[in-house]
Amino acid sequence: MAEQVQKESMFSTKNIKLLTDPIGRDNPITVQVLGICSALAVTAKLEPAIVMAISVTLVTAFGNVIISLLRNSIPQRIRIIVQLVVIAALVIIVDQILKAYSYEVSKQLSVFVGLIITNCIIMGRFEAFSMMNKPWPSFLDGMGNGIGYGMILVIVAFFRELLGSGTIFGWEVIKSIGLYEIGYINNGLMILPPMALIVVGIIIWVQRSKNPGLIKD
Amino acid sequence: MQEIFNIFIKSIFIDNMVFAYFLGMCSFIAVSKTVNTSIGLGIAVVFVLGITAPVNYLMDEFLLKPGSLAWISEDLADVDLSFLSFIMFIAVIASMTQLVEMIVEKFSPALYSSLGIFLPLIAVNCAILGGSLFMQEREYQSLGEATSFALGSGIGWFLAIVGISAIREKLHYSNVPAPLKGIGITFIITGLMGIAFMSFLGIKL
Repeated sequence: MAEQVQKESMFSTKNIKLLTDPIGRDNPITVQVLGICSALAVTAKLEPAIVMAISVTLVTAFGNVIISLLRNSIPQRIRIIVQLVVIAALVIIVDQILKAYSYEVSKQLSVFVGLIITNCIIMGRFEAFSMMNKPWPSFLDGMGNGIGYGMILVIVAFFRELLGSGTIFGWEVIKSIGLYEIGYINNGLMILPPMALIVVGIIIWVQRSKNPGLIKD
Repeated sequence: MQEIFNIFIKSIFIDNMVFAYFLGMCSFIAVSKTVNTSIGLGIAVVFVLGITAPVNYLMDEFLLKPGSLAWISEDLADVDLSFLSFIMFIAVIASMTQLVEMIVEKFSPALYSSLGIFLPLIAVNCAILGGSLFMQEREYQSLGEATSFALGSGIGWFLAIVGISAIREKLHYSNVPAPLKGIGITFIITGLMGIAFMSFLGIKL
């Protein structure tokens, strides 16, 4: 009995917090400023953004579990190489699956699937969390960070696709409302790469105005 | 020869790593607080990129491409190892970074302490792996082309980080809205610099 009391339930408040914190208050992109590298280039359209978000979430979650299982047998000095090998192996699996089942999207993402390897979120979570935590909390933490990352990607992609090409998932929203007839023109600037940065900057602005606690220097 | 020079100019300005592909953004945002540190990191990136991309080009050419093992024996001519390229590239990059770290620590302790944690993190800098992956994707014809692409991209990254850090130093004196201070305004300025760099798109090489 005593053992059972000590054991935490799988979905205790603490574990749920691990999952939800990175989605809002501790978001990997807007607060921790990690993983912007491969994120922005895939957000011109919603579909590749969602595929990217799912891939990163899976790699982070399962990578976290693997590192957490291995954490006691990884020598401190060579840990970065071990971590890179784990990530690279997972990313190769994701890449091969994408090539097999959705070749079009995999072509659109081009090198950015490979660049999941150097996504700072994954390394950051390995270093900061799964090297010293049990597999289950690590899994939740990975999921949470992946979802938090994916959420920003989807928001950015939504605005860029809607304002830039007037579509959502390729469905022509603006045309069906009939805005073109009264003189509306798509903002071509939104599709260009630099606008992704500016949209993320605005998201950060909105988030920080709502939570003044996040404001630093 | 002219082709090599064209690739060099193109990868500095037109296909700039930061502004056209957002590669290496993490260290770009985190390290660009002062000009001196950014110059240090920029040089380190040029150096590592300039070494790893040619090495990875040779790996790709003689080990990974479909049919590239033919130089060992005829039987291996139809082996395709290209699915291993991620893991091979990242292994080369990680070991090269370790080497650069050791050299910098030995010859320039001041630079070593100012770069701090970011030197080992060059291994996970997307610009480096991105350089190798782009090189593979664009199928450069010779080692010279691959090297000039790598050096050009590195210099492009260097220019970008030095530029943004100079702007950020000046920003200390301007009146930015509080929620936008720090990374928010950095993102927006990077976007504006990106738009400025897009004017190079008109150059036909």
